[in-house]
Amino acid sequence: MMFKMMMCKEATRLMSKRLDAPLSFQEKLSLKLHLAMCDACTECNKQFALLHEVGPRFEMLVSEIPDEGGSSRQE
Amino acid sequence: MSISESEEKNDRMQRLTAVRPRLVSFARLQLRDPAQAEDAVQEALAAAIEKDDTFSGRSGYETWVFGILKYKILDALRAQRRNGRWQPLENELDEEAIDRLFQQNGRWQEDARPSSWGDPEAAFLNERFWQVFDTCMIALPDNIARVFSLRELMGLSTEDICKETGIKENNCWVILHRARLRLRACIERGWLSEEK
Ligand SMILES: [Zn+2]
Repeated sequence: MMFKMMMCKEATRLMSKRLDAPLSFQEKLSLKLHLAMCDACTECNKQFALLHEVGPRFEMLVSEIPDEGGSSRQE
Repeated sequence: MSISESEEKNDRMQRLTAVRPRLVSFARLQLRDPAQAEDAVQEALAAAIEKDDTFSGRSGYETWVFGILKYKILDALRAQRRNGRWQPLENELDEEAIDRLFQQNGRWQEDARPSSWGDPEAAFLNERFWQVFDTCMIALPDNIARVFSLRELMGLSTEDICKETGIKENNCWVILHRARLRLRACIERGWLSEEK
């Protein structure tokens, strides 16, 4: 199999797409190989993953508003 | 209504007041118009009060209200689109802003290379992170921010985003890629510079 090393720009495209749609086997493999060798993209990948969490986290922040005077509800 | 029921209801009204500011900031990120954000939250709170008895004392009251707000925001977005308040999304498909981040050969530019943000858990718990996130969202072009927040704040699938915005799924991925790269660059500048 001919294998051209993927570059950072393309790697970021795949790490973004991965959060919205399944990658093909080939795409997964190229991304994995690139991440194994590239620290900058590894950080970028973590940051994209973190950004992917902001929605649920925002929702948690909203639901964790402390009641004034403390809540008596215990469920 | 029994005394305890009315007490619970009272408690919920207080909780609405407490949660309001965060709902407004959420709606503002989404609608990018302070007045419309206030309106959407107002409508959501009114609906929550009106439908109070359908919330039958289960836990997660704020989450329930948040769900109502999401519907109101979607309504408001649809109205924005109908009223021609959106620029054509295809305008966002130029590569320029992205190309500046990378060298000709596809590697990161030296000054654009991502650094570590440390523990993500700590970031989420830090008020400062959310301020930086907010600032960076506001700094994004409207169209890009809208697609990003439909995806990452509202949790819509890219398929649903296509329906809401009238763009093709492929373009949706392109815009999301762009949004994430720009946001991460902006957040890194704001977040790491303040920490040290
Ligand atoms: Zn790389």
